[in-house]
Amino acid sequence: MRITLRKKEERGHLKTAAVDASAQAVPRAVKARKNWRLVRKHWQFYLLVLPPVLYIVIFKYLPIVGMQMAFREYNVRDGMWGSKWVGLHYFVSFFNSPLFWNIFGNTIEISVATLIFTFPAPIILALILNEVRDGFFKRFSQTVTLAPHFISVVVMAGMIILFLDPRNGLLPQVLGWFGVPSSNYLASPAGFKFVYALSEVWQHAGYASIIYLAALAGINPELYEAAKMDGASRWKKVLHIDIPGIALVITILLILQIGELTAVGFEKILLLQNPINQPGSEVIATYVYKVGLVSANYSFGTAIGIFNSVINFILLFAVNGIARRVSGNSLW
Amino acid sequence: MVKRHGIRETTGDRIFMAVIYAVLAVVLVVLLYPLLHILAASFSSSQAVIQGKVTVFPVEPTLLAYKTLFENKLIYVGFGNTFFYTIVGTILQVSLTILLAYPLSRKEFVGRTFLMMAIVLTMFFEGGLIPTYLIVRDLGILDTRWALIIPKALFVWQVLISVTFFKTTIPEEIYESAQLDGCSDTGFLRRVVLPLSKPIIAVLVLMYAVANWNSYFDALIYLQSSDLFPLQLVLRNILVMNETAHLSPAVVYQMRKLQGLSDLLKYALIVVSSVPILVFYPFVQKHFVKGMMIGSLKG
Repeated sequence: MRITLRKKEERGHLKTAAVDASAQAVPRAVKARKNWRLVRKHWQFYLLVLPPVLYIVIFKYLPIVGMQMAFREYNVRDGMWGSKWVGLHYFVSFFNSPLFWNIFGNTIEISVATLIFTFPAPIILALILNEVRDGFFKRFSQTVTLAPHFISVVVMAGMIILFLDPRNGLLPQVLGWFGVPSSNYLASPAGFKFVYALSEVWQHAGYASIIYLAALAGINPELYEAAKMDGASRWKKVLHIDIPGIALVITILLILQIGELTAVGFEKILLLQNPINQPGSEVIATYVYKVGLVSANYSFGTAIGIFNSVINFILLFAVNGIARRVSGNSLW
Repeated sequence: MVKRHGIRETTGDRIFMAVIYAVLAVVLVVLLYPLLHILAASFSSSQAVIQGKVTVFPVEPTLLAYKTLFENKLIYVGFGNTFFYTIVGTILQVSLTILLAYPLSRKEFVGRTFLMMAIVLTMFFEGGLIPTYLIVRDLGILDTRWALIIPKALFVWQVLISVTFFKTTIPEEIYESAQLDGCSDTGFLRRVVLPLSKPIIAVLVLMYAVANWNSYFDALIYLQSSDLFPLQLVLRNILVMNETAHLSPAVVYQMRKLQGLSDLLKYALIVVSSVPILVFYPFVQKHFVKGMMIGSLKG
């Protein structure tokens, strides 16, 4: 701001280009000196951030640098920094492995199924809760919808296994009331993604709806007043005020969710896996765990992990680009 | 549109509201039924459980499952360890989060933009499972209690929430007058910021504590000794891996005697392990909601 003002003055006096350059250089030197004074005065800030910064360097950045071991043939003696360089060897052997297309396909299928079910559910729930009159019932509903979020993933997996038990589980029992024959959903590779996605909706839709409720609460009340004057029905208000009012939040969350598409719920998938559903439930992340850690193929596992991150990045950029074109809203 | 009833609702609106309430009622039943079913099953007889007779009321009520459960050491060890990891972990996480977030919220902190970017970047770029594991191993903390505490001493998202909170709630005037009075930055943090930050500290404690209480994967990869196992790993072995033999030999003997006790025990285990959080949570719900709101302000 200050610089632009000064430039205008200078233009008025018809200064030469050389003077212009020096005029810019002076504030930079002044700024550096001012910064140095600030650093000396507020040295305690640097002391405070030292422990957390140390943590971030060791546990966040060191592993990123450590990813170069995907290009080495890891052995215990030389460690992750000194083992023999083998280039793309492990990437090539992953792409050529007979399991590659199966695992890759499962990852995409489970992610897409999860997105399709988990993305709209919280939006609908928030729109519904937003219509309910304030009072006990509303508070009760919010408490109940939020509660499953706090169940641990282990307990959740245990519940799913118990509920889907074809002999005496809850789901076959309830389906029986409606005359649907029971089936062992956890023993079906094709059914796995639905078990996974629907249980995600059950557990997290309430929690995810909070952000939309916040966005709905932030809509300008004058819009509702105006709609009332025009005699709009409640349905019309939802359609023409609520949904456009949260469209930006919807876009942002959609982009973010697609950006971590292949990262979904690996801990839960690992827990729900069994030898029978494995052809439909083995995803990149569980494979990394099994091959990389359990079988101690560290380099191979790291290479697959990198492949996973690269896919996420491509998706994030692609979706962001599409969103910008289509709706004008995007992350950057 | 032609009708101008003013305050009175139209028929269309009434039908709309009826549909809203009906859908919400169905949602609530779908959410509550499984939870009540587990509670009921855990108090029922193993015969009733095995035959799938339980709905939301206990059938042939008995406390057998809980008695058997509390007879075995594994559960106590698990609870004890989980309490340790949750308490020590949360204290460390909240402290580090504030130590990092407070300077980041001050514009006098030269280099904060760079540091902020470096931190946000780690949300998108991750070293991944194996490099992290190897670093934990190289630090020599594998199979120690530290392995469950130090590698997750800080969550980036929580730091961002805290920065937003500090920026928006600590009045600039107080900082300036404290500076004039010669108050140091650590002094200001201790005497002014912390007392004003109870809401964000509550949010942080809750978020971290729940995450610590519920986590199992760290324990799975970093721990070998069963006396260090947190509750969630014990649960995983019983509920998911079906290693019911983990529960003392006496139980295995009883299991043969009473077929189906194993399923019954699982229901009781789910109740015992989740009740502390589910009972606690309605009281702190508003803090969670607040945390999400502060977070969304940022985005």
